[in-house]
Amino acid sequence: MNALSRRQVILTSGAILMVAPAQARSPGQPASARQRWGLLIDTAKCAPDCNVCVESCKAEMGLSGHDRPLTDAQYLRKINVKDPATGASHSLPVMCQHCAKPACVDVCPTGASFKRADGIVLVDRHICIGCRYCMMACPYKARSFAHEEQTDQQPHLPRGKGTVEGCTLCVHRVDQGLEPACVESCKAKAKGAMLFGDLNDPESDIAKRVAREATTRIRADLGLEPGVRYQGI
Amino acid sequence: MLARLLLGVLMMAGAAASFAADLPTLPKAKGEACIEASATMRRDHPDMLRHQRDDTLRQGIRGAKASLKECVACHAAETTEGRAIPVNDPGQFCQSCHAYAAVKPDCFECHATTPKPVKEASR
Repeated sequence: MNALSRRQVILTSGAILMVAPAQARSPGQPASARQRWGLLIDTAKCAPDCNVCVESCKAEMGLSGHDRPLTDAQYLRKINVKDPATGASHSLPVMCQHCAKPACVDVCPTGASFKRADGIVLVDRHICIGCRYCMMACPYKARSFAHEEQTDQQPHLPRGKGTVEGCTLCVHRVDQGLEPACVESCKAKAKGAMLFGDLNDPESDIAKRVAREATTRIRADLGLEPGVRYQGI
Repeated sequence: MLARLLLGVLMMAGAAASFAADLPTLPKAKGEACIEASATMRRDHPDMLRHQRDDTLRQGIRGAKASLKECVACHAAETTEGRAIPVNDPGQFCQSCHAYAAVKPDCFECHATTPKPVKEASR
């Protein structure tokens, strides 16, 4: 007799659920809350003079500046911190922390700032009015404003004058089953300080490490529950 | 009175005919066939994109039939050196028809106007 028992059916469906997050969604499928994309950044492997992730982000997203460091768009920046008491210094990349309770979404007057079902926080520039309230609300300084008319955009990342923009966690790559550009370049050209994965999938590398090792979130006291975690700070 | 009115109407019709703009000339697309018949595309392309964009951005539904990226990939002409010409340049696919219809498309204030492969080497 070949009929599947109830137990087998349940086990098989569970296996499909656990395998699915590692692959790209099939076309036509919406992002699902079964996944929670996150990053784990090991600051011990992040050198203060290394800028590989920032450069790869600019290339991937087609960010061209006007030589104005204060207002040029930056989705990802390197921060060097030092503990004045001990003198210990660390370098870390900071980007949109893809909070579970994002302040930018709370304050957005038009609904342009939104959180996708899988935890990626994005700006819908079709309805962004450029008020920049989200930029003031974000404690991580993660968002930029496009002050100038844009040309030479990447086809996968529309960006235009008068709208706010920020790290998309490379949503166009994640939907294809790839890792964000910064993670890939850090692995290929630097020490592999960044780990990307599904925090909801207990079998993923990131979930296993987060469960085993001590990790921190920047300004965890604010209770925004960022999806980006750090080690060694 | 009626004759004068009729004359006026005829004059207006004549003036309209003599001042009508030439029909736009479009560069030929790269692909074999569009996703729908030309008449449907002319009338409905804004609606196809307007609803689909929210599904893609907000829900992450990829691989829809209508895609602005695919429109540009197929309709951007190339110079003799093989460089892509923006679709919103005067005389190009989008702009020639929109200029004729006196409609300003907002798409290209943000969206790329040329197809561009991702620079793998720079990563």
